[in-house]
Amino acid sequence: MKIILPDIPNLRDIDVYVKNGGYGATLLKAFSMRPEAVTDEVKKSGLRGRGGAAFPTGLKWTFMPKGSDRKKFLLINGDESEPGSFKDRQIFEFNPHQMIEGILLASYAMQVSHAYVYIRGEYAHWIRMVEKALADAYSRGFVGDRMRETFKPAGEGVPYSVDITVHKGAGAYIVGEESALMNSLEGERGYPRIKPPFPANFGLWGYPTTINNVETIANIPPIMQMGAEAYAKIGEPKHPGTLLLGVSGHVNRPGVYEVPSGTLLTDMIYNYAQGVPGNKKIKLVIPGGSSMPPLRGDSLEGVKMDAESLKAVGSSIGTGGIMVMDEDTDIVKVLQRISKFYWHESCGQCTPCREGTGWLHKILKRINAGEGSKADVELLEDVAKNIEGRTICALGEAAAWPVKFTVQRFPEEFAQKVSNEPHDQVKLNKVHALRAGGLEPVEIHVPLVVRK
Amino acid sequence: MDEEDGAWLNFRRIFVLQTMFTEQEQNELSLLIKRYEKPQAALLPVLWRIQEKQGWIDQDGMQEAAKICGVPKSHVLGVVSFYTMFFEKPMGRHHVQVCTNVSCMIRGGEKIYDTMKECLGIGHLERTPDGLFSLEEVECMGACGGAPMIAVGERFFEKVTAEDAAAVVQQIRNTGTVPAPIETVQLPELTNL
Ligand SMILES: Cc1cc2nc3c(=O)[nH]c(=O)nc-3n(C[C@H](O)[C@H](O)[C@H](O)COP(=O)(O)O)c2cc1C
Ligand code: SF4
Ligand code: FES
Repeated sequence: MKIILPDIPNLRDIDVYVKNGGYGATLLKAFSMRPEAVTDEVKKSGLRGRGGAAFPTGLKWTFMPKGSDRKKFLLINGDESEPGSFKDRQIFEFNPHQMIEGILLASYAMQVSHAYVYIRGEYAHWIRMVEKALADAYSRGFVGDRMRETFKPAGEGVPYSVDITVHKGAGAYIVGEESALMNSLEGERGYPRIKPPFPANFGLWGYPTTINNVETIANIPPIMQMGAEAYAKIGEPKHPGTLLLGVSGHVNRPGVYEVPSGTLLTDMIYNYAQGVPGNKKIKLVIPGGSSMPPLRGDSLEGVKMDAESLKAVGSSIGTGGIMVMDEDTDIVKVLQRISKFYWHESCGQCTPCREGTGWLHKILKRINAGEGSKADVELLEDVAKNIEGRTICALGEAAAWPVKFTVQRFPEEFAQKVSNEPHDQVKLNKVHALRAGGLEPVEIHVPLVVRK
Repeated sequence: MDEEDGAWLNFRRIFVLQTMFTEQEQNELSLLIKRYEKPQAALLPVLWRIQEKQGWIDQDGMQEAAKICGVPKSHVLGVVSFYTMFFEKPMGRHHVQVCTNVSCMIRGGEKIYDTMKECLGIGHLERTPDGLFSLEEVECMGACGGAPMIAVGERFFEKVTAEDAAAVVQQIRNTGTVPAPIETVQLPELTNL
């Protein structure tokens, strides 16, 4: 089932999108409802945010003050910088109009006057695609003042129009954090803000603001089209809908796959991504982007891809970026690289994060160079523990979790690095065969520039 | 330069600086600023335009951005230095970026970075003497499905080998072709304010 990235050629083209029902009945239906009724529908659908925390979207929207007497803003988070994540980019490239339509619906539900789409600067090419889509939507009167004529409210609807602006980032992972995103949009350094106050009370320029991920917003049109009840039946009831899962690392067919939530992790790796090169076994899988706790290769059986199931096995869905590492991977080296990233991206406001991330990287470097000791491994855990929960934003956890859980779950790897004695290798998972029938592997991700 | 000259230059910078933007661009900018509650929010877009014009952001550029957005120049400096994509020194005409984050690393990203260093004869954030290339080891570019990847300017090259990467550089050297420009889109007319 594909509702975010359906297999329709050239869906990016506004004509194709309109021919397939875009900017039509669904919008009219929603604009004929009371705005709060749209929020209720999203609430009933059970949709949870796809930006990392899997927070219930409808509930988030109800935090916004009601009525239209005060300026309100919607901010779409397209910063997508978590290593292992490359899904929002597929929406920009293959279905930008559905995101725009989602923005119109969300804006109506919360009666916001202006929506911003913040996209990371590295996506310059994709920003142009979104700008093109937006310019087309403006010129057809689907966005902006002319909306009032295009979509005449009926029933309980209220006349409504909204403007949308695309904002280009300039390279900073931390800006993906929602309060840093607001600061960055305002033309500040991308420093996370201390909460409370929360964005729904004091957001962009002090006005109520809701921040949603690109994929979250792209889920709104299907919800309004098929109705909350039908949507809630897709995939796992506690985290319904389809997920865009990006599979990268040691797999034969890396790419973004749209699957119902609750799809087996092993199906993602062996059926969709077609297994591991050389039929090697898997040592480690990070299921949700590099800040999420890694899973051992021998604990992948039966693990389902949805927020609750992953929580139950000690990890998290994050942004759905599945990173697969085969039996020959040097886990400690990988962890050092991950730690370097968070050290590089720490904004430096909080001492535990600024200093701790540096220490983590330094210790891991030492261990990797063969100069580490058992005490260093303990020190790693200690430093990680001292970052967690003592910082302004969740980057602290993002830096601490991978270290803490890798040390816990792969003790033999560290033991091997800090001593000369031989140690048992990680017990490896079995190699799965491609499951016959049933799952049709479909690759969505198409590299933009094919070599030569 | 004697002291007086310096003072005059400073004066010129602060008070009578000729804008680097054409009249049309200035009009576009004022439309852009209207899309935000406060002019300061246009700072990133304005800095982008300055960098697109001159390849990096110099003191005059910061002064100009400060003037347009109504903030002190010190603030602009703070912002420019915060974001990795803004350059505070001239970069090569072709900015080569190699991702060495996890998904790329485990598929050979580091080898590609080493090849690029050797091939260009420069290191991280350095520029070749002819000004043709600069190099940067970057964090995840959101192309992990195409790992390992490099980018030249805005253009991504995915699923590359070290040889492919070297060939891309060689092609630029030989033909001097800038990777094909991508069509630019005008900002939609603002209607709702
Ligand atoms: C360090 C950090 C980086 C983040 N980066 C992103 C990001 O790139 N994209 C994103 O959508 N959310 C990111 N988030 C999560 C956002 O703060 C926010 O929760 C999310 O955008 C809300 O959208 P949702 O409710 O639709 O998921 C990040 C959070 C943290 C702490
Ligand atoms: S936790 Fe780190 S990134 Fe987040 S605000 Fe503190 S120093 Fe900055
Ligand atoms: S890790 Fe290289 S693009 Fe994501």
